[in-house]
Amino acid sequence: MSATSSTENYVPKTSVGRIANFVDSRTGGSAMVKELGRKIFPDHWSFMFGEVALYSFVILLLSGTFLTFFFNPSMAETHYTGSYVPLQGVEMSVAYASTLDISFDVRGGLFMRQVHHWAALLFVASVSVHMLRVFFTGAFRRPRELNWVVGGVLLILALAAGFTGYSLPDDLLSGNGLRIIDGVIKAIPLVGTYISMLLFGGEFPGTAIVGRLYVLHILLVPAMILLMIAIHLFMLIVHKHTQYPGPGRTENNVVGYPVGPVYAAKAGGFFFIVFGVVALLAANFQILPIWDYGPYDPSPISAGTQPDWYIGFVDGALRLMPGVIGNFPFEFVILGHTLSLNVLLPALVPAGILFTLLFTWPWIERWVTRDDREHHLLDRPRNAPTRTGIGVAGVIWYCVMWAAASSDLIATHFHVSLNDVTYWLRVLFFLGPIVGYIVAKRIALALQRKDREIALHGRETGRIVRLPHGEFIEVHEPLDDYHQFRLVNFESPEVLPAQPDANGRISGKEKLRGRLSRLFFEDRVAPVTPAELEAAHEHGHHPAIEETAAETAAETQVTGR
Amino acid sequence: MGDHSHGDPNTSGTVATAGQAEVEKFQDPGLPPHRPRLADKDPRAEKRAERQVAILFAISMLGTLLFFVGYFAIQLDETTAISTLRLQNLLLGMGTAFAMFGIGIGIVHWAKTLMPDHEVAEERHEIRPEEDRQVAEKMIGQILDESGIKRRPLIRNTLIGAGVLAILPAIGIFRDLSQNLNPDILRQTMWAKGVRLARDPEGTPIKAADVTMGSAFHVIPEGLNDLHEGKLEAKAKAVVLLMRLDPADLNISPGREDWNYNGIVAYSKICTHVGCPVALYEQQTHHLLCPCHQSTFDLTHECKVIFGPAARPLPQLPITVDSEGYLVAQSDFHSPVGPSFWERG
Repeated sequence: MSATSSTENYVPKTSVGRIANFVDSRTGGSAMVKELGRKIFPDHWSFMFGEVALYSFVILLLSGTFLTFFFNPSMAETHYTGSYVPLQGVEMSVAYASTLDISFDVRGGLFMRQVHHWAALLFVASVSVHMLRVFFTGAFRRPRELNWVVGGVLLILALAAGFTGYSLPDDLLSGNGLRIIDGVIKAIPLVGTYISMLLFGGEFPGTAIVGRLYVLHILLVPAMILLMIAIHLFMLIVHKHTQYPGPGRTENNVVGYPVGPVYAAKAGGFFFIVFGVVALLAANFQILPIWDYGPYDPSPISAGTQPDWYIGFVDGALRLMPGVIGNFPFEFVILGHTLSLNVLLPALVPAGILFTLLFTWPWIERWVTRDDREHHLLDRPRNAPTRTGIGVAGVIWYCVMWAAASSDLIATHFHVSLNDVTYWLRVLFFLGPIVGYIVAKRIALALQRKDREIALHGRETGRIVRLPHGEFIEVHEPLDDYHQFRLVNFESPEVLPAQPDANGRISGKEKLRGRLSRLFFEDRVAPVTPAELEAAHEHGHHPAIEETAAETAAETQVTGR
Repeated sequence: MGDHSHGDPNTSGTVATAGQAEVEKFQDPGLPPHRPRLADKDPRAEKRAERQVAILFAISMLGTLLFFVGYFAIQLDETTAISTLRLQNLLLGMGTAFAMFGIGIGIVHWAKTLMPDHEVAEERHEIRPEEDRQVAEKMIGQILDESGIKRRPLIRNTLIGAGVLAILPAIGIFRDLSQNLNPDILRQTMWAKGVRLARDPEGTPIKAADVTMGSAFHVIPEGLNDLHEGKLEAKAKAVVLLMRLDPADLNISPGREDWNYNGIVAYSKICTHVGCPVALYEQQTHHLLCPCHQSTFDLTHECKVIFGPAARPLPQLPITVDSEGYLVAQSDFHSPVGPSFWERG
């Protein structure tokens, strides 16, 4: 009762206050403001990729809703009667005709189509780059493993949303895309033919697929994305954001700006900037001119066609796989059944490996390092050289497949043989990740050594001094405390050899862990310790010049006073 | 000693302590001191920033105006040239872009120059305090206990059984996504004995005499264009490439000797990889190339795969001529066209 009486005591004076009080006393809004109003968010440019993803999804919802008012997902046959003269009278599906109408007869329709498509490309791109940021900085570690998994699910949903949308206009390009999907599905053993027929409602292309993909595209997939985003952001609030290490930043605090007003203003303003970028792209760069391609017809095809960028890596893998090596075909007939490994392997294996590693990585790393502590401070990528190397290997592997999806364009653009491009990319498919791992790990270690050098001997000033005995040296200037702390304050795990269990035995799994631990941490650049810094200053290479500099500093101080 | 940084006693102090004691780690110097911005110190800079923000918001208004100029000044109809459509798209897009950039950059500029830029530290809290866990564990124990689900395994097991079974109809009901699930329909095409080869897309039949040496035709079965239902499905299986080579260039395997007519050969146009149309014919090398995944087939060796991801040759359509000199099929393809499927065998 006392709670009720206290609300009755408060009498708002303004009309806005009365409305606010009405809502607040019925929803408990004050508690939410108390919890979130001044919540601290750390600031860093690399934290904006996730925001870009969120905002491009909002843009997709807005522009997509507009498009649904005009799009008709029917594959019934019609003869085009709209404004685009070259196609008038041509037989086509209602879906394609309504897409033409959106482009030519709805004012702003073309603009909205282009906004929608560009935002979709940006959405998948920003989700991907956001995940790379999280990977390379170790933000997936405890307690954020589950949110990393939710992020992986979001990436798959983003691909699903993109693909289902790409197929809707029923133009020549999207029809051929579906044709490829049909071919891949049919290669699945045992159930492939049935899945294909259920999906297309009979034989390809049928008259059902656009309507079915439409429901997935505008209802099921976006609803699941929204749900996952809600879970993702809820966990973000529970965990509080990670932060980069630095002076004043610890595992137990979070340093940054309060939501209200600074962070809300920056993040809110950023939404409009992202929208502005998408509008700029949609205004100036034509995307998917479906009127050039014509309606879907199983016979024609235009050379040099590309899928949307995010499907490219699968398409590229399909291209790289040889169907026949020598006289050995990768298709077998076993007991009267056809097993088409030349399609199955490239369609499933690379994507399978990438996503399996993505989803299990937090647990793999936790097992190897035996590190089960909470981590709220991020790693600089150079300070985790092996993880960085593995991430770069993955990126290179992905990019080789991605490049393969444009093998024909590479060949025609650079006037080289298409076959040679494919042969080279096949080699890179295997060698690229290995070279990438080694080079990236070495670069990370070299950067760590550079950091060490700077922490110990200071920054190069570019000031050359000639010593009395004729030697030239460059003066190094020690860092201030804050910069120094940035370079010396990081975790540097060491090799943890295989440990015997309670019975004193070392299991095979533990031996493997020990070997992986050596792979991870054998090459290691230790952070500078205070003792080392002390020693470096005392046994400096050029005590003379340091003394001179010290004297100069003292003199300046004296004069200053 | 390095006291030449900036003479700050704190600096040398940290280093000295660290050197003497056996401290493994450097001491955290804490948050760097706040550096006041121009607008914090100079009222004129503050006023200037305020004006800049307002100007940015005004640019946004102009952007919205530009959008409506594009929207109302250009009407779309049949006489609209595509360049006019592009102009409208440009005006709408640039208008929207300026409207959004004006607001966005304005707000961010406002936040960066005029709102407080003191970084604040907030403590993190334990995600799951131990006492919460104990309370929750007790609660769940009580819930399970009161429900009796552990004590009454009969109820539990029958519920699980019923639940699993109840899912099956939800899967089974999707059976009719396709009325036809017979894989054998993939084995048949429109081609049959005596069906004329016709030009794609016009549908006019082709005389053997029209096919000159080195030429190539995109072919559909005659009568395809008259289909009212299932035209695209039929076309997706029946399209054929027709080419004429010097008969001496053809390497014919036993049993196929009469499948060509004076060096005129017909092959399925649907790639045996994943089904794209194999639309590119290299006249000099007699290679067929699929533009999707670059599978290359050698026409002189009965479309054997010589490069790329396809594993099987393109099926050949046996052809001959009818009494009027038109090219006709001798039969359907002898093997299923297009991508492989499990039941293909």
